[in-house]
Amino acid sequence: MSGEQTAAIESDIEAAIREDHPALITYITAGDPSLEDTKEYVEALDCGGSDLIELGLPFSEPIAEGPTIQAAINRALDAGTTPARFFELVDELETDAPLLVMTYYNMILQYGSEPDVRPFVERAADAGLSGIIVPDLPAEEADPLRDACDEHGLDLVFIVAPTTAGERLDRIMSQVSGFAYVQARLGTTGARADVSNATHDSLTRLSAYDVPKAVGFGVSEGDHAAEIIEAGADGVIVGSALVDLIAEHGTGDAPAADALESKARELKRGARRGGEQRNGHEQGREEAPEPEQP
Amino acid sequence: MSETESNPPAEDEPNRERTFGDYGGQYVPEALMPALQELEDAYQRYVLDNEDGFMDEFRERMRDFGGRPTPLQRADRLSKRYDREIYLKREDLVHGGAHKLNNALGQVLLAKYMGKERIIAETGAGQHGTATAMAATHLDMPCEIYMGRTDVNRQRPNVYRMRMNGAEVNPVDAGSGTLKEAINETMRDWATTVERTHYVIGSIVGPHPFPRLVRDFQSVISAEARDQIQEQAGRLPDSVVACAGGGSNTMGTFHEFVPDSSVDLYAVEAGGSSLEIDQDEGLAPNSATLSTGTDGVLHGAMTKLLQTTDGQIVESHSVSAGLDYAGVGPELSHLVDTGRVTPASVDDDAALNAFHRLSNLEGIIPALESSHALGFLEEAHEELGDLVVVNVSGRGDKDLETVLEETENRDLDAAPDVEVFDT
Ligand SMILES: Cc1ncc(COP(=O)(O)O)c(C=O)c1O
Repeated sequence: MSGEQTAAIESDIEAAIREDHPALITYITAGDPSLEDTKEYVEALDCGGSDLIELGLPFSEPIAEGPTIQAAINRALDAGTTPARFFELVDELETDAPLLVMTYYNMILQYGSEPDVRPFVERAADAGLSGIIVPDLPAEEADPLRDACDEHGLDLVFIVAPTTAGERLDRIMSQVSGFAYVQARLGTTGARADVSNATHDSLTRLSAYDVPKAVGFGVSEGDHAAEIIEAGADGVIVGSALVDLIAEHGTGDAPAADALESKARELKRGARRGGEQRNGHEQGREEAPEPEQP
Repeated sequence: MSETESNPPAEDEPNRERTFGDYGGQYVPEALMPALQELEDAYQRYVLDNEDGFMDEFRERMRDFGGRPTPLQRADRLSKRYDREIYLKREDLVHGGAHKLNNALGQVLLAKYMGKERIIAETGAGQHGTATAMAATHLDMPCEIYMGRTDVNRQRPNVYRMRMNGAEVNPVDAGSGTLKEAINETMRDWATTVERTHYVIGSIVGPHPFPRLVRDFQSVISAEARDQIQEQAGRLPDSVVACAGGGSNTMGTFHEFVPDSSVDLYAVEAGGSSLEIDQDEGLAPNSATLSTGTDGVLHGAMTKLLQTTDGQIVESHSVSAGLDYAGVGPELSHLVDTGRVTPASVDDDAALNAFHRLSNLEGIIPALESSHALGFLEEAHEELGDLVVVNVSGRGDKDLETVLEETENRDLDAAPDVEVFDT
């Protein structure tokens, strides 16, 4: 946890992860199947115990996404979801959980009248968003967006992949803003039936870095959440499993909101269970030496 | 190579630079960044420094397997028609029928040197896919090709060629089922299998170092042509013309001429049926990215793109599948911005006429992609000076079905009477 970083002001996102630790972070695609539905779904996820909610702003070329979220993005685009309408929705939302936008870099660049990241960030801050995640923006290309986010008090969340190592890993972990998004496995997003070995390897590898870590890519059940939190994460990120529920229920159907809320509860319960198990181990291991800093 | 001088590498263009002016970069998922670093390293060692004799082996294989060097041929009847000297760089004679093998063989060989075990590639028209499949079989590497469903259906012969050369062909159903979607899906595969797989990207697009790497493999075209024209015509040309989809044959044909400021460089894109973008439908009835595109990020690079004002990438169009792409290589975007390269476009009708004209006059059936460069020659020859080099990037056998169908539906001046085929 970032408790030691007392010099910096704690962001909404860091506070949300600390306050109801371990955290549940939920994702859905805005506009799937319509922005009115999204409003209802976000409220359901908030009620269900989400500590942070990520909203996908759809882009036509989602290269980091598996089939589930690709399909959601297509539905959202077909429903006429635009950045302008997306921000109008966010303006209206009142949730306990801070909101993040997840979108591809070109959507951010094109928001103003010419390619520039600042108008998007300004509008995001205005709408009350707390952070941005950009799956096609590695740290090397992020300076302009990072500067704009700093200026407006938004967190720019970076992804740490199973292949991230060495000097690059140190650099990314030293600049964590909000939390480190730990990619559980190579590949694209999509619900999976188990927790990968790569997840355990990553959490072990990252244990020496004292920053909040949330694990995403493939998490779909309360038991996964428990296992991941027990293995050392501060939060779990769940997207495709929720998008699957939306796809199953179709448009304007209240049961979709109910299903999302109860899925969120299941995941949050799992996360809490994992947290209790981990605390149990840690008390049993009180004598053990502290892991060394990298 | 002849004894004529070739240009020294430009000093102000360090090869490790991630950008070309404002264009280029590495806008990819984090998982791919280590692989791009590994590739940068391999590019430096094997391609730039010829470690372990990599470039020697590449050139030798391009000679024996690929059929290089290709001729630079004086086109007698075109020269007469346009009343100036017209030379054709005959990349249609490279093994496989297009310039694509220059890059595919280079990258598959590089993957081998890097210790990778599997090759993946996207393809639009199927030309890059067939070249990659050939190269992979030649070098005994397993190979999978992603191809949009629409392209699979309209380029059947190339699908068979890939299968015959032992490659898997994975149809991509997303979106309009063309090149853009095929690239998306290949990137997704790569993000999953990156540790042992090399992605042989098909043009000078994508994240750094691909645009430089592909250009360097393709620049053999201009290295040969620059020597050949000086030998055959006694001087440098006034103009060099090449078609541009992603821009690999284009930069390949231009690269060695870039420092020759007396040589005008023309990149000819597909004008399709119109240069307007339909914002509401997200459609561009053209692929004229350099002429009409705006700056943005697609497939790992900042470049000129066909996009809506919101930033959604639009569906492009061209009668030629190989030019049908909403992006273009970042180096070409940069050279157009600096004024070194002049963008132009030629519409579907003009390209089809040029296809027939070259077939009729010179006994060469060009690819529909290359026909755009030839169509530009017809339209703009008066501005091109007395000595012109045109790159014939590929042969047109793959396009016969499309051309027959399109010729029937249009009123083309240069078309022969094709009714003989019906009786
Ligand atoms: C013969 C031929 N020329 C040109 C192209 C366009 O590609 P590029 O612009 O990268 O040369 C293709 C692509 O398939 C092709 O097959």
